[in-house]
Amino acid sequence: MKAAVLVFPGSNREGDVAQAIELVTGQRPQMVWHGDGDFDKTDLIVVPGGFSYGDYLRCGAMAAQSPVMAEVKRRAAKGVPVLGICNGFQIVTEAGLLPGTLMRNSHLKFVCADVHLKVETSQSLFTNRYQAGQVIKVPVAHAEGNYFADADTLKKLEDRGQIAFRYCAPDGTVDGTGNPNGSIKNIAGVFNETKTVMGLMPHPENATEPLFGGTDGKALFEGIVEALT
Amino acid sequence: MKARVHVTLKNGVLDPQGKAIGHSLNRLGFPEVGDVRQGKFIELEVNETDKAKAKARVEEMCRKLLANTVIENFSVELVG
Repeated sequence: MKAAVLVFPGSNREGDVAQAIELVTGQRPQMVWHGDGDFDKTDLIVVPGGFSYGDYLRCGAMAAQSPVMAEVKRRAAKGVPVLGICNGFQIVTEAGLLPGTLMRNSHLKFVCADVHLKVETSQSLFTNRYQAGQVIKVPVAHAEGNYFADADTLKKLEDRGQIAFRYCAPDGTVDGTGNPNGSIKNIAGVFNETKTVMGLMPHPENATEPLFGGTDGKALFEGIVEALT
Repeated sequence: MKARVHVTLKNGVLDPQGKAIGHSLNRLGFPEVGDVRQGKFIELEVNETDKAKAKARVEEMCRKLLANTVIENFSVELVG
């Protein structure tokens, strides 16, 4: 499986996610600079975390209009899988590849902590190595992770099974206690309608080695490899 | 001419920053302050003499970049 990882001025998790991909594929992904309107054909495009363009205007707003994202939108429309993590999630929503948006955390603080996520479905190329209802532990690190969508959009997301992960308590209970940022319906990650684009605020790439404090994120990358190879 | 753009959160969208500002004002001796909503003000120099055209262009800028219409409203005012 060939992967590309985008790099914007201000990205800072591109190395982490590249390492996670190399861990499961044995192949270093192609790193693509934001000004490149074209890049090698790949099976997967990853938009990494960080603070692209210094979070100016709104998180992800500038990056969403970059030359590389215009190409990502073209490829996503043809079905090339796109994974947006943290700032990458903000970028793909700003680019219109996913519904909703990420707002300032309800408590106004940056949150850097391990959180528990309930896997909502195993029926996607990103989550096929998990079981529906499984609880995994991965870290978050963000100040703008408060997912919001209007009532109509939320209903569509629920009806079509487009919610990928929800924040939960360690025992899997989905309520306010496990929600680190005020996200509506505890949403931590969503799919597009065809489930070929997924965005999530937590960092599965930072839970891939025992030394990181957990390995629950590794299955996400293994699942993608299995689905795309 | 100059365009002044106001970007504000839509009604019903939670504004924790506005809330924090309101609390601070109350604490500073302004108990009369109730609900606070904060937003953005952007001033643009636009190279266009036709007001209607300029307004249409700036509104397009708002939809494409300056505002996120999922959660924000915008208004455009032309000066000069």
